Amino acid sequence: MYGKPLPVVPVTHEKTGAFEYITTRKDELVGWARKFSLFPYPFVTACCAMEFMAVSASAYDTDRFGAALPRFSPRQADLLMIVGTVTQKQAPILLKVYEQMCEPKWVMAFGVCATSGGFYQNYASLPGIDKIIPVDIYIPGCPPRPEMVIDGIMKLQETIANGRHLIVNDTF
Amino acid sequence: MHAPSMIDRLQAELATFGAVVVSHGTVVCHTEPPQLLGAVTLLQSQFAFDVFLDVTAVDWPNDALRFEVVHHFYSTTNKIRVRLKSRVPEAAPIVPTLRPLYGSAAYMERECHDMYGIQFDGNDDLRAILLYEGFVGHPLRKDYPKQLEQPLVPYRF
Repeated sequence: MYGKPLPVVPVTHEKTGAFEYITTRKDELVGWARKFSLFPYPFVTACCAMEFMAVSASAYDTDRFGAALPRFSPRQADLLMIVGTVTQKQAPILLKVYEQMCEPKWVMAFGVCATSGGFYQNYASLPGIDKIIPVDIYIPGCPPRPEMVIDGIMKLQETIANGRHLIVNDTF
Repeated sequence: MHAPSMIDRLQAELATFGAVVVSHGTVVCHTEPPQLLGAVTLLQSQFAFDVFLDVTAVDWPNDALRFEVVHHFYSTTNKIRVRLKSRVPEAAPIVPTLRPLYGSAAYMERECHDMYGIQFDGNDDLRAILLYEGFVGHPLRKDYPKQLEQPLVPYRF
């Protein structure tokens, strides 16, 4: 059919039955798969970027949580990490990036400026990104310690694992 | 540090444009807006002031001449800094532009216009540079409410 016959591999070993099947809920299965394949989009605007680099690099290594490979297109990402202060002038850009992301998507406010505006309360800065987009996990700190970021990622993973997933329906 | 004679000569020449003092090694001249272009031309042509560092303003809300426009210059040849201060009233906060003398003035005057509403006579491109289109007021004026936000994206709550 495809021009070349598939190789026939003789089955010589005995099946042990050790991991033949598992029972689970579909939601848990999808959640388990999703929580280890977070593709972050770093929306990096300010000094928290240094801490983001520290937590991404080898000593702390967010790859252990499946959240290491940054996608620099929001269309390929499912975790939006807002790292740093967002100004009023940048707010439309942030909203556009968020709207371009496909479901499922999660948002992490990294650092106190993204969380609440931090010590900025003036004409220029947005007092927390949750004023314009929904946020799933807040990480306080100025800047947050890498341990806090890892804790935040693990809490987000927990939320994903225990959450409902839209692709789970009658035909799935 | 620098040749004293050059500072002395500079002070004497600048004195025709206003009162001159030396503050922390910087020559400060309190001049008037109509005198500004003459003073800057003198600095550039006679004393090799090749760097236009900054233009900003100070808001004195209780004074009749409310705004003090502050220009900074530096000479890389003579290693001297000069600060020119000129007072303008709130009703007509106008000083002449320095665009014909220093190209970088085009941008710095836009910033000063954003923040303080100073008009630079002759600079016809005073669009917002740090602020955004539709922003009302000048945020570094003392009477701008310090917590007033003008969001571009409507808040969710």
